[in-house]
Amino acid sequence: MELRCIRVRKKLACGRRFAQHRARVKAKIIVTPKKAVLDPQGKTVASALEHMGYKGIGAVHVGKYLEIELSGTDKEAWRKQIDDACHKILSNPVIEDYRFEIE
Amino acid sequence: MNFAVLQFPASNCDQDAVHVLKNVLGHSARLVWHKENSLAGIDGVVVPGGFSYGDYLRTGAIARFSPIMQAVQQFAGNGGPVLGVCNGFQILCEAGMLPGALIRNRSLQFRCENVFIKTATSDSPFTNKIADGKVLRLPIAHGEGCYFADDATLNKLQSNRQILWQYCSENGDLTEGANPNGSLLNIAGICNEARNVAGLMPHPERASESLLGCADGKVIFESLIHWLENRSLAKAA
Repeated sequence: MELRCIRVRKKLACGRRFAQHRARVKAKIIVTPKKAVLDPQGKTVASALEHMGYKGIGAVHVGKYLEIELSGTDKEAWRKQIDDACHKILSNPVIEDYRFEIE
Repeated sequence: MNFAVLQFPASNCDQDAVHVLKNVLGHSARLVWHKENSLAGIDGVVVPGGFSYGDYLRTGAIARFSPIMQAVQQFAGNGGPVLGVCNGFQILCEAGMLPGALIRNRSLQFRCENVFIKTATSDSPFTNKIADGKVLRLPIAHGEGCYFADDATLNKLQSNRQILWQYCSENGDLTEGANPNGSLLNIAGICNEARNVAGLMPHPERASESLLGCADGKVIFESLIHWLENRSLAKAA
């Protein structure tokens, strides 16, 4: 199966008869630093929010969000592959946690 | 001895490493492009600094899947010595060849300066010519050099004496002020359990000639050469 980075299309490909058959499966992945890992970015953002006057700001964790456009419609097969990819390359299990949805 | 210095897109100080091994220390050294897949005839590998693959995703995350890294894993698995400098250290951690990870400096600043590091043990191919506790002055240049590992890993590093170098003051004290990036236990460099793979954030190849202001880094390469020469003698005997 093929992994492709999503590109925002400003113009929808209207009028193409076959377009509706090309159902898009998409993986939405969130990678965050583990709770035990020092997160200086999160701390800096938290203190900026406090300085701006927002009340009740707790710990902030800065992570990454990835969207991957996938071919085919077999979500289960993709779930396994994306989990594998998250474990091997998209996150580093030593310092990061990940979660994802296939939709 | 024959050394390979790996070269990824956006490696840096790779030429400096070749220069030190070849012109300063009189050994053979060549650059090995990341697409190559063999280290035949090589006695030691240096994984240099830089920003391989733009440090996209995480530092070293993409470089570790380069074709040459499979050969490096195999080379290390057979006992060959591998030294990772800066980005090379990050790549070796990402590849699982060294424990832990290197994350954003606690100050969030890119630090480019000279630091002092103390050699914690001379029991490794990379430190055997350095007296225990000896302080070296070496340059650093990194934004992601904060060494992190969980408590179990840190305990193991300590009990196995895998911590090779720690940031310290000029007098050799392991203070927080001497730690440029927030590394746990002031760790500047470690080795694996088998002791043949090591990584450090400071750049010894940039401080191996007194003409450049400091030659403290040379002893790390001299240790490696000494270890390789002893190993060849032992093999021959």
